[in-house]
Amino acid sequence: MDDLLSEFLTETNENLSVLDVELVRLEQNPNNPELLSNIFRLVHTIKGTCGFLGLPRLEKVAHASENVLGKFRDGELVITPEAVSLILQALDTIKSLLAVLEATEAEPPGDDLPLIERLNLCAEGKLAPAPAAPAAPEPPALSKAEAERQAMLAELDALWDATPGPDATPAAAPGTALTPVAAEPEAPVPSQNLVVHEAPEPPAPVKAAAPAPSAAPASGMGGSVAEDGGTKESSVASQTIRVNVDLLENLMTMVSELVLTRNQLLQILRSQKESEFAAPLQRLNHVTSELQEGVMKTRMQPIGNAWAKLPRLVRDLAHELGKKIDLQMLGADTELDRQVLELIKDPLTHMVRNSADHGLETPADRLRSGKSETGRITLNAYHEGGHIIIEIQDDGRGLAIDKIKAKAIQNGLATEGELAGMSDQQIIQFIMKPGFSTAAAITNVSGRGVGMDVVKTNIEKIGGTIEIKSVFGRGSTFVIKIPLTLAIVSALIVECATERFAIPQISVVELVRAAADSEHTIERLKGTPVLRLRNRLLPLVSLQTLLRLESEDGKQRGDDDEAFIVVTQVGTYTFGIMVDRVFDTEEIVVKPVSPILRHIEMFSGNTILGDGSVIMILDPNGIASATGEMAMGETGAKDTSTVHAARQDDKMALLLFRAGDGAPKAVPLSLVARLEDVDLASVEMSNGAPVVQYRGKLMPLVPIDPNFQMGSEGRLPVLVFADGDRSMGLVVEEIVDIVEEKLVVQLTAERPGLMGSAIIAGKATDVIDAGFFLTQAYKDWFGNAEESLGDDRAARVLLVDDSPFFRNLLTPLLSVAGYEVTAVETAADALALCEQGEDFDVIVSDIEMPGMTGFEFAETIRRGSRWQDVPMVALSSHATPRDLDRGRQVGFTDYVAKFDRDALLYALQQTLSDQKGAA
Amino acid sequence: MSNANLPATTRKGKGDDLVTVGSQDYVTMTIADHLFGIPVLQVQDVLGHQRITRIPLAPPEVAGALNLRGRIVTAIDVRQRLHLPSRAKDKPGMSIVVDLRGELYSLMVDSVGEVLSLSAQDYERNPATLDPRWREVSTGIYRLNGQLMVVLDVPRLLNFANLEAALG
Repeated sequence: MDDLLSEFLTETNENLSVLDVELVRLEQNPNNPELLSNIFRLVHTIKGTCGFLGLPRLEKVAHASENVLGKFRDGELVITPEAVSLILQALDTIKSLLAVLEATEAEPPGDDLPLIERLNLCAEGKLAPAPAAPAAPEPPALSKAEAERQAMLAELDALWDATPGPDATPAAAPGTALTPVAAEPEAPVPSQNLVVHEAPEPPAPVKAAAPAPSAAPASGMGGSVAEDGGTKESSVASQTIRVNVDLLENLMTMVSELVLTRNQLLQILRSQKESEFAAPLQRLNHVTSELQEGVMKTRMQPIGNAWAKLPRLVRDLAHELGKKIDLQMLGADTELDRQVLELIKDPLTHMVRNSADHGLETPADRLRSGKSETGRITLNAYHEGGHIIIEIQDDGRGLAIDKIKAKAIQNGLATEGELAGMSDQQIIQFIMKPGFSTAAAITNVSGRGVGMDVVKTNIEKIGGTIEIKSVFGRGSTFVIKIPLTLAIVSALIVECATERFAIPQISVVELVRAAADSEHTIERLKGTPVLRLRNRLLPLVSLQTLLRLESEDGKQRGDDDEAFIVVTQVGTYTFGIMVDRVFDTEEIVVKPVSPILRHIEMFSGNTILGDGSVIMILDPNGIASATGEMAMGETGAKDTSTVHAARQDDKMALLLFRAGDGAPKAVPLSLVARLEDVDLASVEMSNGAPVVQYRGKLMPLVPIDPNFQMGSEGRLPVLVFADGDRSMGLVVEEIVDIVEEKLVVQLTAERPGLMGSAIIAGKATDVIDAGFFLTQAYKDWFGNAEESLGDDRAARVLLVDDSPFFRNLLTPLLSVAGYEVTAVETAADALALCEQGEDFDVIVSDIEMPGMTGFEFAETIRRGSRWQDVPMVALSSHATPRDLDRGRQVGFTDYVAKFDRDALLYALQQTLSDQKGAA
Repeated sequence: MSNANLPATTRKGKGDDLVTVGSQDYVTMTIADHLFGIPVLQVQDVLGHQRITRIPLAPPEVAGALNLRGRIVTAIDVRQRLHLPSRAKDKPGMSIVVDLRGELYSLMVDSVGEVLSLSAQDYERNPATLDPRWREVSTGIYRLNGQLMVVLDVPRLLNFANLEAALG
């Protein structure tokens, strides 16, 4: 049997037995509002679940009963034994319907009009108000319910018979389950009207007159069914028990405590050489682990539970909107924590509704744009590294960037100028802003502008993220990433200034030990600590500074002291957290921090460790936004999500420095291998150019300004660019800062060595072309690549990137490396070249591009174009494993992070030599 | 041990009506030689010296957090809150655990005394000249034999700085 259905049966049967008792109590204490509202609530629940499961017959009966109870509750009706009996009778009907439902997994056909009729009558206060009515068995105790019901059924039949309705056949009368009833759907309306006029009088006499004839068959059928239901009910009910969630939570706490105690015991045991406790403790250990696992399992539920009502919802929407919608649900058995499940239910429903309403077009529109008539919404859930990923995908019209722009301006969220500088990805983010709706008209379904922002807030509340991908005309995909459970996370325990902290393992990329004697040392740029890690500079954050911790001796630690760097990733932003020591990882139970401390955004919670001590859990998001603000000098960027979202775009770390003329200069930090301070006295001349002995080699020094005269004393900062065992020093005058900004080259420079000018940190800044200076130092800087080509003909590279900056950066870089480069702005331009018959040896393509994305571009190429065998290298700022997979799937040969010059050159070289090998 | 706080939880929150009842029971405590009292029904636990985890960036009144049978309790430095000098490091203190809106707080004091049953006759409103910072957290004074006892109002004691904002 369907899980949902059996759960419903269990729950409803339970509720019904409670109701039986409660109703009887109500009859005895009609003035107990608490009792009444409890009854009302229970019936309401039954009605709600029936409606939810698509059980119209049950729903109708429950609804009519609820109406009556509602009147009781509002004091519009006096609670009489008759009314109570009627309700009880309705409950019995529900029970018998449930019995059939349990046996056949379907509602019996037919309906219960007479009963409903009578309930409606009762709700209108027209039901025999005389207390002397023949509802004889006074206290309708549980044991007497059957008799009571018979009597009432009889009454009902009689009433029905007496009512000159158009369809007053006795066959329609028994409100029981198995009788297929031939009542016309229209029947109740006219008959009701008629009854209303006559009501006060007739019921009483007929009741007395005609109890016998129909009572027998009715009770016979109803009785057997009910008994049947009784036995079956227990069979379903015995498989599951319903337990209060609080009880489970308590159990969970107790188990956590037990685990702590066990850990302590084991610790003691370890210090004893031989102990008679060893064996029993070992057993205790296992039992505890299993117990913990079991208790954890009680919290897990398949995500299908949250999806259960979606097919119905989509069906109804399809009708309402006149669309054809096919809903596909994949991975419904993916399990996640009950608590998380509850929290994502509503956002999911909302998003599916959005997809159906906004996303999918009408069948006519779809045909016009060459799609199949039926729109598809796909829900896909799967596990990925301790997270659950839920994708909601539609093949509808996609998000209209222009509309979003217009709306953003209209709502004052951004000015036209600001929008012009934004990428599509950034613009899409606007739909997550409060009060934003692009639906042209507000429909019943959506478009009221409460929605995506709430969805986003709810998802972020449980530590999840939401990502939107959309292609105009092709559909949208929402990717939600949520933690598997809120309760337990794996965390790395670190120490800083004698205090211990937990860092969620999920954001930790790697650990690096930094010390004076190791290959990694912490260096400082104007006080900002950085670390060289695999030819990159990693911005560092000192936990001690960040948390304003004082070390015991009161002095700040020196950079030569041993430190550990926890390399942390938040979104696409990677940074290092400096800590003193790193301990083990531990599974921890996250508990929210006290309200007094909730304003501290560095902590996501606190927990109790195995040794019983309390520890604070660091929130990498909070740290990133705190340090991000520091670095960018932005104020008011409290919303971490916006910082986060913005960072996914073209923002990059830039090293600002001064050299030559007054204008500050910038170079992408990722190109710089190291920063050195060179003693001018140690500068020697070789071959007419200044060099310095550096790590046992000669490193040429190149000034930015060719006329710059190096003095012979003092020190000068030098940016070191390294490649393999060669390095070059770019002499500058002063290193100013490291900023993280979106780089838009606004003026293209005529001067060699400059890529152009951009506004960085609010100032016009020259962006230098590192490639130019590299070749100044070594004419054959990129020689390795050239050698390996080993071919007379230069390999032709097609570069597809929408950003002029990247085209400007990569074109010279690749040219210098010996490739013949053709750069185009869009995938469409590239495909046009393909049409024109151009040939290339390799294609390098950006992923995030307006119009056709890199993924689609690759798919198009691979789908039998002339270039289908040309290797393709993807270039993206999102180099997560998932993107890599996706890239491989659509046909990219390799995937390189933007700005990883070495990786790109290596990938090209590799790809081309593979190609040659294969040929 | 684990269910020791159950009875207290069920009875909490009834200690506010001190004037109306004939006599009231108070847990007494000393902080810097001053005597203070908290209605006994608000007290969940009395703890000896505890290992406390410092919480960086927290308000100065928050001494840290501690583990009470699997629950995390926020420790409040009452001396700091009452603007009294800090306790000498070598003297171990004690703590009184109270419940406010479902959260547990541990009030760090010098020592916890006996429970006194005090009559309403000895009760008096705060003198107008009392340090306003004390007046803010006290509901009144009891005249004891040779000593005065300040009644601390737990919700107000815990309502410092940004707590209200954080709850809002």
